[in-house]
Amino acid sequence: MSISVKRLSKHYGNQKAVDSISFEAKPGRILGFLGPNGAGKSTTMRMLTGYLEATSGEAKISDKNIILEAVDAKKHIGYLPENTPLYTEMYVKEFLSFVAQTYKLADISKRVADVIEMVGLTPEQHKKIGMLSKGYRQRVGLAQAIIHNPEVLILDEPTSGLDPNQLVDIRALIKTLGKDKTVIISTHIMQEVEAICDDIIIINKGKIVANDTLEGLKMANNQNSLEDIFRKLTA
Amino acid sequence: MYAVFKRELNSFLSSMVAFITIGVFLLVSGLLLWFFPDTSILDYGYAEMGGFFSLVPYLFMFLIPAITMRSFAEEKKEGTYELLITKPITLWQIIFAKYLSCLVLVLFALIPTTIYYFSISKLGLPEGNIDSGAVIGSYIGLFLLGTAFTSVGIFASSLTKNQIIAFAVSAALCAFAFLGFDYTSQLFALKSFETTISSLGINEHYQSISRGVLDTRDLIYFISFSSIFLLFTMLAAGGKK
Repeated sequence: MSISVKRLSKHYGNQKAVDSISFEAKPGRILGFLGPNGAGKSTTMRMLTGYLEATSGEAKISDKNIILEAVDAKKHIGYLPENTPLYTEMYVKEFLSFVAQTYKLADISKRVADVIEMVGLTPEQHKKIGMLSKGYRQRVGLAQAIIHNPEVLILDEPTSGLDPNQLVDIRALIKTLGKDKTVIISTHIMQEVEAICDDIIIINKGKIVANDTLEGLKMANNQNSLEDIFRKLTA
Repeated sequence: MYAVFKRELNSFLSSMVAFITIGVFLLVSGLLLWFFPDTSILDYGYAEMGGFFSLVPYLFMFLIPAITMRSFAEEKKEGTYELLITKPITLWQIIFAKYLSCLVLVLFALIPTTIYYFSISKLGLPEGNIDSGAVIGSYIGLFLLGTAFTSVGIFASSLTKNQIIAFAVSAALCAFAFLGFDYTSQLFALKSFETTISSLGINEHYQSISRGVLDTRDLIYFISFSSIFLLFTMLAAGGKK
């Protein structure tokens, strides 16, 4: 399994941000991670990527424990954090080569040129990141996540704040990437889930309330509208 | 680790932080050493650099926190810390890369001041009449003092998201580490431990190296000092679990 999570919990004092969740994700499928604000989506993703340490339970990426074999596991992850933090004072290419260096890639300049083309950054590639619009920053964020061709992609709200044209582009890109990688994306937008996700996990108050394929979820709830299912399970 | 080091150094150089802090340092040290009558070499009349070396630690108390304050605080505020920590690099490598890049800047600030040495040496009577051994020792002392202050500054920066707080905390800690132990040892009640307490402070060891004698005890003191604060940084930066 590319991602396997066993009874993962994160407690802040008495509050259980994530409460003993378990799931698995397979290569070649895109997993949508849904839930209301504050349900624990970002916290889970942060534990999967090794930014936060779990209170209990374990997460494995490509069979490497994210805490015990951190450096090995992190090599297999491409991560786009929420709100796309980037070094705004750096140039696009400079930043991408920096990221490539942290992964110790060979032939960095070629790889940088490749990802710039892949995410459609070519017209903006000579600018400073701070000068880019939100949509292009998002692409830089995606570019840094896929630069080392990782097995696992974890994208925290990759489409928030994009205009409709950019939405279509980025979704198409994620869909292409999902063909041979394990992708987890978190989102609030139900149309997006219908458009790109194969499997769905709905999380509410730190607990998984649904874990199924898109069709399976509709069948099980006897409903065709994902929005209604979401409201029924989390309200 | 080299990637992080290079990025840090580039960001210092591209954001003007380096030029402004080093520029101010050179301006102030130049003015104090050559122009202001109370501290000026020309008014003092002896070809020696003792005044300069007793002055620079006080300038470093402000210069070094200004250089180090952003290292962790800014990354935490901007959220890029999350980006950095999820790359396949260990926290220790990140801390060490940041520490080294700040040290390089300290070195950049020190190197131009060697011009003072050559000027004073030319002004000596006869020409070149200056105690070079003491100057070299003092430069080594200053650099070691810089390593200690930098480790304090990095630690303070890892405590907070706010750069101003990081600056204030590290300036205060540096001042205490440099002078605090000396003053504490002078307290009447602690008279019997005077040498023990003052030997904990940086000043004691800095003075000892400045005399031109490189004692391994002083070297070990500075290395342990930095190691301890970098270890604290590790605990503080990794503590957000």
